[in-house]
Amino acid sequence: MKSPQSWGRFPRVAQETRALTWGSGALPSAPGPLLPHGLGRSYGDSCLNADGTLLLTSALDRLIDFDPATGVLRCEAGVTLDTVLRLVAPRGWFLPVTPGTKYVTVGGAIANDVHGKNHHRGGTFGRYVRSFELLRSDGTRRVCAPDAHPDWYGATIGGLGLTGLITWAEVQLVPIRNPYILQETVPCENLDAFLDVARASEADYEFTMAWVDCLARGRKLGRGLLFRGNFAPPQFDGLPLAKSHLSHGSGLAVPVDMPAFCLNRLSVSAFNWLYYRRQRGRPRQRLTHYDPFFYPLDAIYGWNRIYGARGFLQFQCVVPYSTARDALREILERSSRGGVPSFLSVLKTFGDIPSPGWLSFPRQGVTLAMDFANRGEKTWRLVEDLDRLTREAGGAVYPAKDARMSPESFAAYFPRREQFLPYIDPAFSSSFWRRVNPPATPSLPMLEGRADGATPPVSLLAIR
Amino acid sequence: MKKVLILGATSAIAQATVRLLAARGASLYLVGRNAQNLEAVAKDAATRGAAKVESRALDLDDCGAHEALVEQAMQALGGLDGAVIAHGVLGDQDASQRSWAAAEAVLRTNFLSAASLLTSLANRFEAQKAGTLVVISSVAGDRGRQSNYVYGASKGALSVFLQGLRNRLAKSNVAVVTVKPGFVDTPMTAHVPKNKLFASPEKVARGLLAAADGRKNEVYVPGFWALIMLIIRSIPEPIFKRLKL
Ligand SMILES: Cc1cc2nc3c(=O)[nH]c(=O)nc-3n(C[C@H](O)[C@H](O)[C@H](O)COP(=O)(O)OP(=O)(O)OC[C@H]3O[C@@H](n4cnc5c(N)ncnc54)[C@H](O)[C@@H]3O)c2cc1C
Repeated sequence: MKSPQSWGRFPRVAQETRALTWGSGALPSAPGPLLPHGLGRSYGDSCLNADGTLLLTSALDRLIDFDPATGVLRCEAGVTLDTVLRLVAPRGWFLPVTPGTKYVTVGGAIANDVHGKNHHRGGTFGRYVRSFELLRSDGTRRVCAPDAHPDWYGATIGGLGLTGLITWAEVQLVPIRNPYILQETVPCENLDAFLDVARASEADYEFTMAWVDCLARGRKLGRGLLFRGNFAPPQFDGLPLAKSHLSHGSGLAVPVDMPAFCLNRLSVSAFNWLYYRRQRGRPRQRLTHYDPFFYPLDAIYGWNRIYGARGFLQFQCVVPYSTARDALREILERSSRGGVPSFLSVLKTFGDIPSPGWLSFPRQGVTLAMDFANRGEKTWRLVEDLDRLTREAGGAVYPAKDARMSPESFAAYFPRREQFLPYIDPAFSSSFWRRVNPPATPSLPMLEGRADGATPPVSLLAIR
Repeated sequence: MKKVLILGATSAIAQATVRLLAARGASLYLVGRNAQNLEAVAKDAATRGAAKVESRALDLDDCGAHEALVEQAMQALGGLDGAVIAHGVLGDQDASQRSWAAAEAVLRTNFLSAASLLTSLANRFEAQKAGTLVVISSVAGDRGRQSNYVYGASKGALSVFLQGLRNRLAKSNVAVVTVKPGFVDTPMTAHVPKNKLFASPEKVARGLLAAADGRKNEVYVPGFWALIMLIIRSIPEPIFKRLKL
């Protein structure tokens, strides 16, 4: 069987797999350390386990209970957000928080404490997790909730799959009247305009995010389109949508790896220019189904293959408002000069709603996500630079989108790392975790109790 | 099928079938060996919209319990208009060659217990002059091969039993559907390296239900297996016996 890859298709590592079928069973004994794996929609190496074993959770996909009166859903950890929506949306409920793809599992959404377009209003996914069961390699099972094993609860939300296997979870959904979003598009001339519009939108709009033309420079630096929206008001209940409002289900797929020359500065800037033009000409306000609004990229199956066989790196950072203007200007400038164009760049704001997760990534400020085709050294140097700028600005980089942050950066971004360490399951580890916690780092947990021991840390150089 | 008895409900193909039936709002009586796993499948079905879900943990090798089981299912659902027989084991050909006990266990689970259940179900469906019996056999039953002839024989016997039953029940408006999957990507085949011939349990379940809805006789799922097996069946025995299959 082919070893699963992460969404960025970089790095490529060899690892064993064990498919889990029943949540009631014990964890398998397998070579090397274990790591739960959902649908591999993390970009870098946080869902990979070189020389270890991935516990595939996709068959743990059973629903356990849904109460249409209260909107409480209980399901196994491998259930996808897609499955959840198919079940609950027709009954008037919706995910409280959803990432930009519905092809992630509930377990993966908890382990990365994912955020959506509504962080300023709703915070992270973890806030809606009422309880879950955590299965450890010593066979113990704990039902964790804010008031039952709160420490395990806090460590596991955003815990990168390292505290044990989540077998099932109970999530509080939010009510909706209809499945439509009233969406508005606001062109923003530059970064300053974006920041002003974004902040101003937070009061009246549940969902906001902006697409940025990463190649625009000078006065146009940070030019883009801000999308904001709310679930449609009652007068749209039961309204049939026009075909044009339902861009989804196009059945498009990227069948093979695209050759690297397709993605160059010229093609990317042409795409960005066209996109900006096209959207700018559209009506500012339009009604759309939730699916294309939240999951535009899911319409093109396997779009990650446009970056070719060498894969790509995503970089997502958040920087506090106090430093955001300068830091983001610098970051955008570097990446537009870097010669490795980012196809898709997304800006949005995070509010100050705290997450229960100790290692949760979102924090108040502005977040920027960029994709870079992997062109070797050039790309690495650029992203390393962006990482440094983020650190200097007092921000953080998202582990779910990372393939290269240094141990020092990780420690700086996640000050509760020390508190987290004792909660790591001694039989669990990941490529990411070994990378950002090399043995020299003090108080690395001993991987005791496993005869085969831990695999040697994969250094940054080694995975290149 | 609105009131359906599912035997071997925790198998991967059965689980996928249960989901499709649940989404249609059917009433289900689920039988499997492991109570905890069965419970998980039952809850999944109920949450996905089944009108009613009852379940019972039972080792189907115990043929003596079959009459009472079918009776219970009919009581619980207020009658039955469908049954899906999905339990089975792959067994281990090497072990089956070395020991009769191992071979007998495969034949008991795959053939004897299915035949026993079918006897009970057929009599009731014949009496009510309605119903659909869906049974998962296998392409392996179409021709014996050295690599798995004990499993193949259990399924081959089952397919012949079903032919006869179909013949008998034709006048009673009871459909007997033999489903012959090829390779399916399930825990039963977890140790086998996968190739393009492997189908997902979901795909097989869709094929199975389409066959049941259409009251088909024998179907291969996916359909291309009909061609493969036609070729395999038509190889003359003098040649076949020398092949490494
Ligand atoms: C197009 C696209 C858009 C995205 N948009 C966003 C976004 O807007 N916001 C955002 O936050 N993220 C976003 N992401 C990232 C994605 O939401 C996260 O990486 C998510 O965690 C992936 O879930 P998964 O099920 O694929 O898990 P994987 O990527 O397979 O695993 C993720 C982590 O979860 C752990 N894990 C999985 N299952 C379990 C379990 N049962 N028990 C314990 N640990 C487990 C793994 O060990 C790993 O650490 C996006 C990704 C893509 C591809």
